[in-house]
Amino acid sequence: MAGTEVQLANRITSNGLEAGHLGRKRQSELSARSVTSSVRDTDRTKTTAFSSFIPKHSRCYIICVLYERLKFKTKFAASVSEFVRPEEKNSANMPAVSKGDGMRGLAVFISDIRNCKSKEAEIKRINKELANIRSKFKGDKALDGYSKKKYVCKLLFIFLLGHDIDFGHMEAVNLLSSNKYTEKQIGYLFISVLVNSNSELIRLINNAIKNDLSSRNPTFMCLALHCIANVGSREMAEAFAGEIPRILVAGDTMDSVKQSAALCLLRLYKTSPDLVLMGEWTSRVVHLLNDQHMGVVTAAISLITCLSQKNPDEFKTCVSLAVSRLSRIVSSASTDLQDYTYYFVPAPWLSCKLLRLLQCYPPPEDGAVKGRLVECLETILNKAQEPPKSKKVQHSNAKNAILFEAISLIIHYDSEPNLLVRACNQLGQFLQHRETNLRYLALESMCTLASSEFSHEAVKTHIETVINALKTERDVSVRQRAADLLYAMCDRSNAKQIVAEMLSYLETADYSIREEMVLKVAILAEKYAVDYSWYVDTILNLIRIAGDYVSEEVWYRVIQIVINRDDVQGYAAKTVFEALQAPACHENMVKVGGYILGEFGNLIAGDPRSSPLVQFNLLHSKFHLCSVPTRALLLSAYIKFINLFPETKSTIQEVLRSDSQIRNSDVELQQRAVEYLKLSSIASTDVLATVLEEMPPFPERESSILAKLKKKKGPGAVSVNELEEGKREGELNGGGERGGDNSGIAASNASTPSPSADLLGLRTVPPVTAAAPSAGSLLVDVFSEAGVNDDGFLRDLEPPTESSDSLLAEGSGDSDSAPPSAVSEDPAPPLPESNELLNKFVCKNNGVLFENQLLQIGIKSEYRQNLGRMYLFYGNKTSVQFVTFTTTLNVQTKTVEPLIEGGAQVQQVINIECLTDFLDAPLLNIKFRYGGALQNLTLKLPVTINKFFQPTEMASHDFFQRWKQLSQPQQEAQKIFKANHAMDTEVLKAKLLGLGMALLENVDPNPENFVCAGVIQTKAQQVGSLLRLEPNAQAQMYRLTLRSSKDTVSQRLCELLAEQF
Amino acid sequence: MIGGLFIYNHKGEVLISRVYRDDIGRNAVDAFRVNVIHARQQVRSPVTNIARTSFFHVKRSNIWLAAVTKQNVNAAMVFEFLYKMCDVMTAYFGKISEENIKNNFVLIYELLDEILDFGYPQNSETGALKTFITQQGIKSQTKEEQSQITSQVTGQIGWRREGIKYRRNELFLDVLESVNLLMSPQGQVLSAHVSGRVVMKSYLSGMPECKFGMNDKIVIDKQGKGGTTDDTAKSGKQSIAIDDCTFHQCVRLSKFDSERSISFIPPDGEYELMRYRTTKDIILPFRVIPLVREVGRTKLEVKVVIKSNFKPSLLAQKIEVRIPTPLNTSGVQVICMKGKAKYKASENAIVWKIKRMAGMKESQISAEIELLPTNDKKKWARPPISMNFEVPFAPSGLKVRYLKVFEPKLNYSDHDVIKWVRYIGRSGIYETRC
Repeated sequence: MAGTEVQLANRITSNGLEAGHLGRKRQSELSARSVTSSVRDTDRTKTTAFSSFIPKHSRCYIICVLYERLKFKTKFAASVSEFVRPEEKNSANMPAVSKGDGMRGLAVFISDIRNCKSKEAEIKRINKELANIRSKFKGDKALDGYSKKKYVCKLLFIFLLGHDIDFGHMEAVNLLSSNKYTEKQIGYLFISVLVNSNSELIRLINNAIKNDLSSRNPTFMCLALHCIANVGSREMAEAFAGEIPRILVAGDTMDSVKQSAALCLLRLYKTSPDLVLMGEWTSRVVHLLNDQHMGVVTAAISLITCLSQKNPDEFKTCVSLAVSRLSRIVSSASTDLQDYTYYFVPAPWLSCKLLRLLQCYPPPEDGAVKGRLVECLETILNKAQEPPKSKKVQHSNAKNAILFEAISLIIHYDSEPNLLVRACNQLGQFLQHRETNLRYLALESMCTLASSEFSHEAVKTHIETVINALKTERDVSVRQRAADLLYAMCDRSNAKQIVAEMLSYLETADYSIREEMVLKVAILAEKYAVDYSWYVDTILNLIRIAGDYVSEEVWYRVIQIVINRDDVQGYAAKTVFEALQAPACHENMVKVGGYILGEFGNLIAGDPRSSPLVQFNLLHSKFHLCSVPTRALLLSAYIKFINLFPETKSTIQEVLRSDSQIRNSDVELQQRAVEYLKLSSIASTDVLATVLEEMPPFPERESSILAKLKKKKGPGAVSVNELEEGKREGELNGGGERGGDNSGIAASNASTPSPSADLLGLRTVPPVTAAAPSAGSLLVDVFSEAGVNDDGFLRDLEPPTESSDSLLAEGSGDSDSAPPSAVSEDPAPPLPESNELLNKFVCKNNGVLFENQLLQIGIKSEYRQNLGRMYLFYGNKTSVQFVTFTTTLNVQTKTVEPLIEGGAQVQQVINIECLTDFLDAPLLNIKFRYGGALQNLTLKLPVTINKFFQPTEMASHDFFQRWKQLSQPQQEAQKIFKANHAMDTEVLKAKLLGLGMALLENVDPNPENFVCAGVIQTKAQQVGSLLRLEPNAQAQMYRLTLRSSKDTVSQRLCELLAEQF
Repeated sequence: MIGGLFIYNHKGEVLISRVYRDDIGRNAVDAFRVNVIHARQQVRSPVTNIARTSFFHVKRSNIWLAAVTKQNVNAAMVFEFLYKMCDVMTAYFGKISEENIKNNFVLIYELLDEILDFGYPQNSETGALKTFITQQGIKSQTKEEQSQITSQVTGQIGWRREGIKYRRNELFLDVLESVNLLMSPQGQVLSAHVSGRVVMKSYLSGMPECKFGMNDKIVIDKQGKGGTTDDTAKSGKQSIAIDDCTFHQCVRLSKFDSERSISFIPPDGEYELMRYRTTKDIILPFRVIPLVREVGRTKLEVKVVIKSNFKPSLLAQKIEVRIPTPLNTSGVQVICMKGKAKYKASENAIVWKIKRMAGMKESQISAEIELLPTNDKKKWARPPISMNFEVPFAPSGLKVRYLKVFEPKLNYSDHDVIKWVRYIGRSGIYETRC
């Protein structure tokens, strides 16, 4: 509860920056409140939960509490007496707070410390006090409870000042068995602050806690629960995880105890989820939502939210309860809830929590519940429109907190166009609000709204305001959100405007967000380019304005697009030529210029102002200002010039022959110079023309920029949705998305494969077929395009295992580099479940391959004929980075980035070619360090023979003719097996289609049966296959028959498929 | 060179801030406060580098003096300057305390302008400074006086003005030494050295030329070679080897280098003639013999014997022995024959004080310390027993052989000058491990 309050406070009051930096102030405010005015139950719960969340080192804060306690002694005493309900006061065995409980000695000590002039004086005073306490604790004479409490308090204070305390624990534990509330409380406080979990005292403490828990005295039970939550260690969890749920759901437990128990259980669940076992209590916990005591509901809902995130099914019933509770709160007049009305807003924390709980679940299916919920949301939106009932900031904060939570629920459901549009309008009002935090939150929520198809148009109406925010906003974090929103709301209709605005903003943007802005502009320009000259203009502008922030991917992309689009080439050449004429241009501009003029310089050579020699001189004038990779690129451009314009040959040869080239200290430059020089002088024009032919179009490929942006923002930031959209748009653009191809590059680079520079940063690949052992059948070709890391190719080539002898890998680049040390350990044996995992992917191409607490591996793959490409996404689920992350296929792969940041995702791409048919899937071994521990796991890569199916449509008689042709016994494989899943025709159809074969309708005389036909494409041969599946609904059995021209294929397919149905 | 100088109080508030160079910004003030004064861990090094800026600090009671520079300066020079500045301030307004600094801030700024110029240390001779920086406010000086001051300050002998006259020509010479020792429990000397100062107070007329002689081994040996054998026999072993020494600016260094004789025209009033350090043949005035016995987990028995090791006719004063106690001490009983002993909880030590003690005596203390059992099993580190005292001789063995005064212009001779010599040996860090 305190957690929410702090979060809430952060959402509303924090300066739009990451949560937490106001936490301190907020906490102290809160504590002051909890001490002085803890009249309401809510506040009491707050104190507990809140102290359970503070780390032990925030000592000063506790000092403050302690001191406040003294200062507000009287009020505190009042709050203590309030702790017990009036009717219990007499029965409770806690005496009224006596006069002597003020602990004068402690107050004197603290004021002494405060009056100390210097650190030394303070240390002296503390030493004196410690000696005094030691002499008291010596054990000569028994101390009474009061003095024990006083000295323990002093020790606690000294500890919180930063001194080590190594005695007094026993006395504190003794205090636990006292009957006085204050003594017990101080004892628990000392223990929760000072006792570490491996102390030998823990047994005694646990005993005392157990006694208190069974004491039936609600205050004592609360104290014990608070202590458990504050310590929250594993030992505590082991001792009490069974007990607390019982207290929580017991019928006779007091409300205040229930609250504490719920929060305590939450804490234990968070520290050691494995120890809190789900049981029959879970269903009863859900019913706490119906409790008439609001404090209990608030405490319980925190617990339920946390539990339901792990076990959504067990808590499904909470949705309807939550909705009814919410509707009761929302529709109640503010006077109904008395204590729980906060500045005229009824139970704001509870409402927020309810709304958040609902966000864990899809929209309710029950129409009535849904209707009620929609009504609630509408009411909340209506209330936002009402004039404020109070001018106090707390009122609007509470109101807005609920509103934002409601809006995120609406966005989460994404199914109510009406609500979405209303939410959008509401946020639109906030966009111009005086309060910076509101503007920030509104922009942030709008970003998510923009991705919903229902509200996208509504969001777009605010474009002017957002652009204005980008320009005039003073807070950088708000500007960042505005930029995000612009990116999110961009579509074909407003792309030009938005890109122009972002470009103009880029000139003044903060350095911290420039790179991201550049990427966004690049993506938008590409995604929504109708007119490619506009695209080229935009990107060149981008390089001009923010050249330093333009990453490699951006200019690679321009070149890919220019090369693939014939219509824009001339324009691009002309534009870059003009751009290069600027006296100072960025190196990236030189790169683009060099490449494009090298390819398409001839298109503008007709104009005397840009004659070949002028072009060459222009390029060469930049040569000396560039770094080595750029120079290498320019040299390649020069040799292309020789091909394009024979008249420049002598000039260029002169340049290449000069000492600064041919004797350059950089090996790469020197080699290029020498080779190009020789090439130009030896080869005939025909040969030259062939070798230096224009670049072939790049194959289609996901935009590397998008991948880069994703990497930058972490996996959550760019939704899959967006990714899909990017793809779709790419297709709309008419195959504009083409990536590089090894062969293409190889052709363009007449020189040797070079590690330092290639025109597209893609490495040329020396074929290693000859070197590979036993030319096998599956070719896995891996090269970098993940945009992750272009250098540092590290690989681990292992001797092929028995299953991989039919696999041939074609890796890329320097195979001489040493394998990283982390990989030197043996790969783990494949996980036992890897076969199942494999089966999961027989009929589908995308999904999650593997997931544990640390790592998630997602797969996206596509196949065409005998070629395939597989994208592996490694997602780090923790907040800690993975170090020395390596993946090894039992063929060669290129390494992925060795570090995965917490919460980030990296991508690896594997190109696959099927040489002949095969049985076993390739093994993928993954190693990384998480924390200090080496993680090692081996999975089967879901590449199965059926992936290379080409569906074949054929008529009925054709099918049967072929069926008969394949009648030899070894060509047929048949299996009869029991159904694992329900026999749903549609599901079966989907699965068979997923298999890759064509499903032939009206072929088999029995309409129940399925027949399929397909050809498996391998490099060596094509294997035609026919399938017949005969379900028997009564017996829940299937008969599967497969015939193919190759016996191994039939067997393998049969095995694979038998697992699927 | 020094870029700026700041004086802070114990809270880290700036009392005096004087910036001499542009490379030192305002934020340097805060940097020192945050990183040194308010540092979590106590900063023990007197030199701290923060963001390529060096801070040299000295602490006088609760006051921090920090010199700041961005350049690579001679640290010894900076510290010398800081100490000089402390001396100057003490000479002007007594003890350096927050109160005094606040009351005299105008004076301090005036002084800072004079003794540091663009970061370069200037004349810091108190006597000379007092002639033209006064606290008396407007005391209109005559033209003559002014020109005299100018000629003195800019002249060759900047530390003494002409025309001083005393009815009685007097000279006071103090040899002040502090002896430092670290001894093993078995009585083996692990390290020992004496750092000494010769402080003079001279009230002499005119421009006298003085010559100071002591039992420096090199001088004595040289004389011995010269042939005056009786002299060597007399001083014999009593010559001392001085490891290094520094002189007041009035001493003619060229003469010291060539003849190793110390001759000078003294400033008027009090000044420090020389500083020196010796490490050989040190007379250790006291020997501490500790005996610590642990009786079980909850009791500790300590017995300490001190023996005085000098002529029985001499009296040592202000003797204080500090015996550290474990951190979990819960009670102490002390018995001592001589002096007073008390357990001081605030310092975690037993402090034993003896007012006077003659040479060649011994005295002992025994204590029973009760301990409280604690959770952590860390053993007590047993810090060394330290001692403070004052003895009326020089533990290094230094002897003043002569101090001759020549004043050719005025008619008084060496014999007319009344000379007083005094030796004081104090303890520096005088520790014995137990």
